[in-house]
Amino acid sequence: MSAVLHPWLWGAIGGALIGLSASFAWSWSGRVTGISGLVAGVMRGERNFPLWFLLGLVLAGGWLLQLTTFGSEQPTRAWPMLIVSGLLVGYGTRVANGCTSGHGVCGVSRGSIRSLTATITFVATAALTVFLVRHVLPGGAP
Amino acid sequence: MSESIATQSSSSAARANLIALLTGAIFGIGLAVSGLSDPHRVLGFLDFAGAWDPTLLFVMGSAVGVHALWLRFGPKPEGAKPPRADRVDNRILLGSAVFGVGWGLSGYCPGPSLVALLGIPAEGLVFVPALLVGSLIAGWLNTRAARTV
Repeated sequence: MSAVLHPWLWGAIGGALIGLSASFAWSWSGRVTGISGLVAGVMRGERNFPLWFLLGLVLAGGWLLQLTTFGSEQPTRAWPMLIVSGLLVGYGTRVANGCTSGHGVCGVSRGSIRSLTATITFVATAALTVFLVRHVLPGGAP
Repeated sequence: MSESIATQSSSSAARANLIALLTGAIFGIGLAVSGLSDPHRVLGFLDFAGAWDPTLLFVMGSAVGVHALWLRFGPKPEGAKPPRADRVDNRILLGSAVFGVGWGLSGYCPGPSLVALLGIPAEGLVFVPALLVGSLIAGWLNTRAARTV
């Protein structure tokens, strides 16, 4: 199914859906759809919007990945690396108050210099990490 | 008109939760079809020295384009104020730098990792608990720092 259209076109379609979802959440719920922020909200005991939004995301996105070939067919990383990665992502997004969605989509759409700085920073350190893992360190991870 | 106030408020709460569920579902579908939920594609975008995959530029460009236009011309929420913080401080630089290192190690950021709970459970069920622990540690350190100041 994912082969029907070019991946770039699927990217633009998926991006438009993400932008629309952020828009609906803002206009009709008055909420900013930063995923890390919503997760932190649920952990603080917030119910209603964060909980129901994330439930919809997990179920609809997860089922679609199961039923189609949009997801990865190859495993990505071994579990110790996934744990280290998850810890850093959880810690960093909480300290920075946002992730790819909160800063990268919502903040940048508002023209926030703070969010633009965050986005440039995390893309830069992520690219540097991939460069080291793939091209410098021995082992040649995929 | 004969509805009691209690029934009205509980049905409007149910309606708000249904809107939240559907809005979240649209976000999840977007994450799935965009390719952002395929960590290999994400790592391909971050690998500027390898066979670079520009798909994520289309995802982000499209999402920001749609949302920026909507913020300008779409309906405004009642009573809600947009986030006002616009100061670049050490927290945003340090936090984003750490987040980027984690993102580059696996290709998972928070949204796609939640989609992976059902979509790629072998990875999502390992990554997401670690993400929650990392977030809890940051929240705990922050509370402690606030107390000692």
